[in-house]
Amino acid sequence: MSEMSMNTAGGVEGATAQPQLREVPAVRMEAVYKHYGDFTALNEVDLKVAKGEKIVVCGPSGSGKSTLIRCINHIEKHDEGLIYVNGIELDNQRKNIDAVRRDTGMVFQSFNLFPHMTVLENCTLAPMTANGMSEAEAKDLAMHFLTKVRIPDQAEKFPGQLSGGQQQRVAIARALCMRPKIMLFDEPTSALDPEMVKEVLETMKKLAEEGITMLCVTHEMGFAREVADRIVFMNEGKVVEQAAPQEFFSNPKSERARTFLDQIIH
Amino acid sequence: MSHFSPTAAVNYFFNYFLMKGVLVTIGLTVAAVVGGLILGMGIALLRMSSNPVLSGAARLYIWFFRGTPLLIQLVVIYSGLPQLGIKFSVITCALVGLILNEAAYLAEIVRSGFMAVSAGQREAAWALSLSPWVTFRRVTLPQAFRLMIPPLGNSINSLLKATSLASVISVEELMRRSDMLMQEHFQILEVYAAATAYYLILTSVWDAIQRRLEKHFGRSSAAKSRRVVARAPVVQASVEARA
Repeated sequence: MSEMSMNTAGGVEGATAQPQLREVPAVRMEAVYKHYGDFTALNEVDLKVAKGEKIVVCGPSGSGKSTLIRCINHIEKHDEGLIYVNGIELDNQRKNIDAVRRDTGMVFQSFNLFPHMTVLENCTLAPMTANGMSEAEAKDLAMHFLTKVRIPDQAEKFPGQLSGGQQQRVAIARALCMRPKIMLFDEPTSALDPEMVKEVLETMKKLAEEGITMLCVTHEMGFAREVADRIVFMNEGKVVEQAAPQEFFSNPKSERARTFLDQIIH
Repeated sequence: MSHFSPTAAVNYFFNYFLMKGVLVTIGLTVAAVVGGLILGMGIALLRMSSNPVLSGAARLYIWFFRGTPLLIQLVVIYSGLPQLGIKFSVITCALVGLILNEAAYLAEIVRSGFMAVSAGQREAAWALSLSPWVTFRRVTLPQAFRLMIPPLGNSINSLLKATSLASVISVEELMRRSDMLMQEHFQILEVYAAATAYYLILTSVWDAIQRRLEKHFGRSSAAKSRRVVARAPVVQASVEARA
């Protein structure tokens, strides 16, 4: 596990400004704003995620959920406020952005696998080019995670030859190959046929059991109930309510959360 | 001379003088494609730049060279520029004109190829901490290139025929040498039949090359899944060779 310790060392180095490593939250957002023209996607968002915590972000469409998690690895650049990831501030410095992206893995709604590469090449590209791993090591690592998401036999195929569920599991394996400490999921099952949703959620549940920090934007309330430590409910760019799943589902505080739950739980 | 002589046409086809003209045509085409691609790639990058001065300059270039006939461009470079004291050899004039002109077309093809690669591909590369160079070289470029092949093929086909315009500034390529033979022997149809056959052969060969390129770079498309499965070991081998 030499690459694992390398990765940890990198993380510690990046976070040396914070003396007490154990208390550094995985994610800390303070008064974060994000605008698209006149539209305010994030409106004074405060959020703290502890290491190892599983967060499900939900809310109506256009409420800023995706923007929120896309700001965490700087795929989207926030306009105002502070974002720290494992103690590293996202302040537009290239080196900090790189450090944060090394600590985070992301899974997209539309998978975004590289269509011209095999499944295996998809998984080995980043470890080899960004981490300088040898091809043999990278292949071993990729096969390890492909086995974990239960598709090692598809390694030589191209993404276009796989089902949506299989593609999304490859995307999860590809992200894991960089040994992230935080996994970000942006509606990972929304583009899937109904019968494929379960295999992806099962994979995510297994991952959750291993103690990795997870932030997941999803409408899968069954998954939220089972896996989440906390539900973050958003509306119109604001975090309206945060609560443990049991409390959120049985007794939502805000009117907006109540109508939202009425609409999505049939 | 009121008839067409097939034997004479065949003789012109195997005429050594004409064959050398064919080689010049091929040379002009290849050089203009290579030069045009390099220059066109640069112009496309400028055109996609967020800097308004750079993208404006690229736009102006494309507007000018696509908006004027290649024939005028060649004549101006060959006969006009010496008036300003700028003088090149005939071949250089033809190459400069063809490259400048072709670059404008290829720049737009390159740009449309890159724009057609989805934003999600770049986002995935960022999320994986790939460097900008690796993102370009391994993620966006191969996908953009695949989309560029069909329009690129058309453009090269046009270019191959457009090299005949260089005959006007006395480059002795296929067209010019046909003219010379024709003026010597007055067998107009016979000479041009041979030249036509050469142009058809050249464009057909290019068509075949283009089809192979499309097939090669389209190997990951789902429609060809069965063949790709059969070829999996080959793909594997190429992965190893690259490392």
